[in-house]
Amino acid sequence: MAKITFDGIEVEVPDGTTILNAARQIGGGIVPPAMCYYTPLKGSGGKCRACLVKVSAGSAKDPRPMPKLVASCITTVQDGMVVENTINQQVMDVRKGIVEMLLINHPLDCPVCDQAGECSLQDFAFEHGVSTTRYEEERRTFEKIDIGPLIQLHMTRCILCYRCVYTADQLTPERVHGVLGRGDASEIGTYIENIIDNEFSGNVIDVCPVGALTDKTFRFKQRVWFTKPVDAHRDCTTDKCNGRVTLWYKGKDVLRVTARKDAYGEVKEWICNTCRFDKKETSDWVLEGPAHISRASVIAQNHYELPVVNPQVIQDLPESTTRELERNPPLRLGGLNN
Amino acid sequence: MGRKLLTEHINVEGINTFDVYRKHGGYRSVEKALKTMTPDEVTEEVKKSGLRGRGGAGFPAGMKWGFLAKPEGVPRYLVCNADESEPGTFKDRQLMTKLPHLLIEGMITGSYALGARTSYIYIRGELLYVLRILEKAIAEAYAAGFLGENILGSGYSLDLHVHPGGGAYICGEETALLESLEGKRGNPRNKPPFPAVQGLYARPTVVNNVETIAAVPVIVNEGGDEYAKIGIGKSTGTKLISACGHLNKPGIYEIELGLPVEEFIYSDEYCGGIWKGRDLKAVVAGGSSVPILPKELILKTAAGENRLMTYESLSDGGFVTGTMLGSGGFIAMDETTCIVKNTWNFSRFYHHESCGQCSPCREGTGWMEKVLHRLEHGHGSMHDIDLLVSVAKQIEGNTICPLGEAAAWPVAAAVRHFRHEFEWHVTNPKEATAPGAAYRGAAVLA
Amino acid sequence: MEPTTSPNKLQFSPAGQAEIKRLLTHYPEDRSKSALLPILHIAQAEFGGWVSPEVQDLVAETLKIKPIEVYEVSSFYTMFNLKPVGKHVLEICRTGPCMLRGSDELTANLERITGAKVGGTSPDGNFTLKEVECLAACGFAPVVQVREKYYEQLDTPEAVDAMLNELRGQIHRPILSWEESSSLPNSLKNN
Repeated sequence: MAKITFDGIEVEVPDGTTILNAARQIGGGIVPPAMCYYTPLKGSGGKCRACLVKVSAGSAKDPRPMPKLVASCITTVQDGMVVENTINQQVMDVRKGIVEMLLINHPLDCPVCDQAGECSLQDFAFEHGVSTTRYEEERRTFEKIDIGPLIQLHMTRCILCYRCVYTADQLTPERVHGVLGRGDASEIGTYIENIIDNEFSGNVIDVCPVGALTDKTFRFKQRVWFTKPVDAHRDCTTDKCNGRVTLWYKGKDVLRVTARKDAYGEVKEWICNTCRFDKKETSDWVLEGPAHISRASVIAQNHYELPVVNPQVIQDLPESTTRELERNPPLRLGGLNN
Repeated sequence: MGRKLLTEHINVEGINTFDVYRKHGGYRSVEKALKTMTPDEVTEEVKKSGLRGRGGAGFPAGMKWGFLAKPEGVPRYLVCNADESEPGTFKDRQLMTKLPHLLIEGMITGSYALGARTSYIYIRGELLYVLRILEKAIAEAYAAGFLGENILGSGYSLDLHVHPGGGAYICGEETALLESLEGKRGNPRNKPPFPAVQGLYARPTVVNNVETIAAVPVIVNEGGDEYAKIGIGKSTGTKLISACGHLNKPGIYEIELGLPVEEFIYSDEYCGGIWKGRDLKAVVAGGSSVPILPKELILKTAAGENRLMTYESLSDGGFVTGTMLGSGGFIAMDETTCIVKNTWNFSRFYHHESCGQCSPCREGTGWMEKVLHRLEHGHGSMHDIDLLVSVAKQIEGNTICPLGEAAAWPVAAAVRHFRHEFEWHVTNPKEATAPGAAYRGAAVLA
Repeated sequence: MEPTTSPNKLQFSPAGQAEIKRLLTHYPEDRSKSALLPILHIAQAEFGGWVSPEVQDLVAETLKIKPIEVYEVSSFYTMFNLKPVGKHVLEICRTGPCMLRGSDELTANLERITGAKVGGTSPDGNFTLKEVECLAACGFAPVVQVREKYYEQLDTPEAVDAMLNELRGQIHRPILSWEESSSLPNSLKNN
């Protein structure tokens, strides 16, 4: 075990834990943002530089500060390490700079982007960015690439986090997409028009931090903050899929199905394409109850969850959910105001 | 005249063949090391020599060797970085073309010291013709029993291969080089782990520049202490300087570290002064990544001392008034040179060569290039000059690998010392962008 | 024997196959992907100076790796031409030291003489012009690389003419081993 001090708060974590995950154990506003790191994906992290922090003491044994800011997502803790994040002005300044870099070539098309409301870049920019840009040049754009009937690739929005590449590498037997080109001309693509066709390919949508990879079956259907997430499961026959998902309702219609994510937007269990794209009827699922929205996001702003049970919500939900909720009421269920 | 430790025989007819090279004392270090020294003793001599990495970073080579992890039963590797791509640098190409056996000898002796059984020379893909020269020389070394099984009956065996890159400056960064050698995109790795622990194929690996490895034979032959007698302070031995730009005699010069910069530029033994009888305006002393210095500051330090060709003297004054020896890519610019255009050119280079993996470098290098393009073509504003400095600062220190700094430093230094020239492009765009226009005003010296 | 280029089934020439076999001995058996860059060089030399998707698929098949692993590498490294090129690809160095010694003028002259624009091919199909970054020959600037040969000190009309004439008379033939290596650049011969 290693004891570290993060923004003045002590936490003890197993050896080998990254600084970022140690901070997540503390939780709250001191946790550094992560645009490319993704715990379930081996090899991810270190690229976006959003999570840079100051190590003001390397360890109890060697208390010298580290000369440069380090990526907290890939730097492991040492016993006695002292880390500064929100309390360090240099870190805050650099982070503002990273937001600026990520935004100079990112289109400002949130109003028509399906990811809006659950976009890591949107959250990141909101928390750390400034409202004007110093970038006067033309923005980089890419041709849209067709990668099949279910997934939309909108490369212009991509921030090259590589998550979808790791996902395909680690979840599917035959990766057909990757990062092509170099520098700021790098793009996610298949080179020759190729369809990403695999039972687990849909997971690239869930790992994408921005709206570069979106669900075609959900395209322009609804702003996410107007939908209600409900956890559900089914007996899925696909190998390695447990069929535990989140259904996103508008009224009584299931508009989309995603994997379940934790507080930091990381998928807990991968789901297959059958669950994701083919099962859009409530009758396909056993409902468990409203999904927790613990991230500070637009959806959370809608007070989906409040400390008291609001009967109005129950009314809006499908009958089977209502029954389930009556039998097994969640701890915190509040009013949906849409 | 300074001693030539590496290039003494470079102009001997046929020195690129095994027989001629051997006749001139070649491969003695292999015999000495394998027959009379333990691997650790060889490493010890390199440590004593004070030899510093000649690729640019100047990290002590012996110390790097000492860091190599040596877990039982796990192969380890010596990889030679022959990806020479730093603008202004062309010494390794020359060395490999004319003295291929010197590099091979260094690789054998070095591999023995590190306990490597397979070693690689990673050469930039553009130099395929040099790869062929090296392969021919390697075949000769195998035939003569200096490579392969049981070298000289010592029980030590080594295979040596040459591997071409495909056109990417970033592969000169050691972990990008290893990725490339594994058949992947040249994306630098996150560190730690460092190559000394997990390098090629996740095995302990040392990556050294061509010139560094080529210095090993002389260190083993003459002893580390003897080698350390040459030079000044922590800048020991000789260094190959690639002299280019507006010089009368561009080319490769092996100098003893400690030579005054002024003598190097103006004496007939070296560069023979500035071409066309013109005056010197500025020098980039260690490859395009290091800060540019105006004439006054490259010849003398801010304190008025003679500037010497050593790691310490060139960096005297830090980045305010100093620069770095770097790779020894010495680019001289005469009084007609447009610093804004040159800075834009270098910036375009780093934009073109950024791997695109991490966001500050991917986005920032392109941004700087665009702003510089605007300034160079007379469309810039005063605000743009400050913007450049700000963007450079946002990149520097925040990237996965040193390409971020390499892209930021030249821009920051050019604005630092030649701000008036940038401003002139803003205030007098017509004049500044006219063909052959050159700003003749004074540089900022402090 | 020439490599087969029938659309149905591409194949490396026997010499190419032998060279690939030799290269594969350089790396651990489970690390044969290491041979990707050297094999791409052979492929480009054998199949008309560029690597089409089909050629890249052949490389993938040869190394038993996924095609995308070849595409992401070939598109990263600038030496691999992903579109058809002319008989000779003139790679003109444009970086600082070459610029200081006249690479801009050289590029303009080459465009004028060959009729090709940078990034394009001359109407007669002879020359493709490509601007590249530092070729590590800064002391002999300005420099142009054509396949495995460096043409240096191209700062006079005579030097440029000599290069173009030499290329016009040359038959494209892939070079596969050091025995067939091209001659040294002049600057290195007489130094």
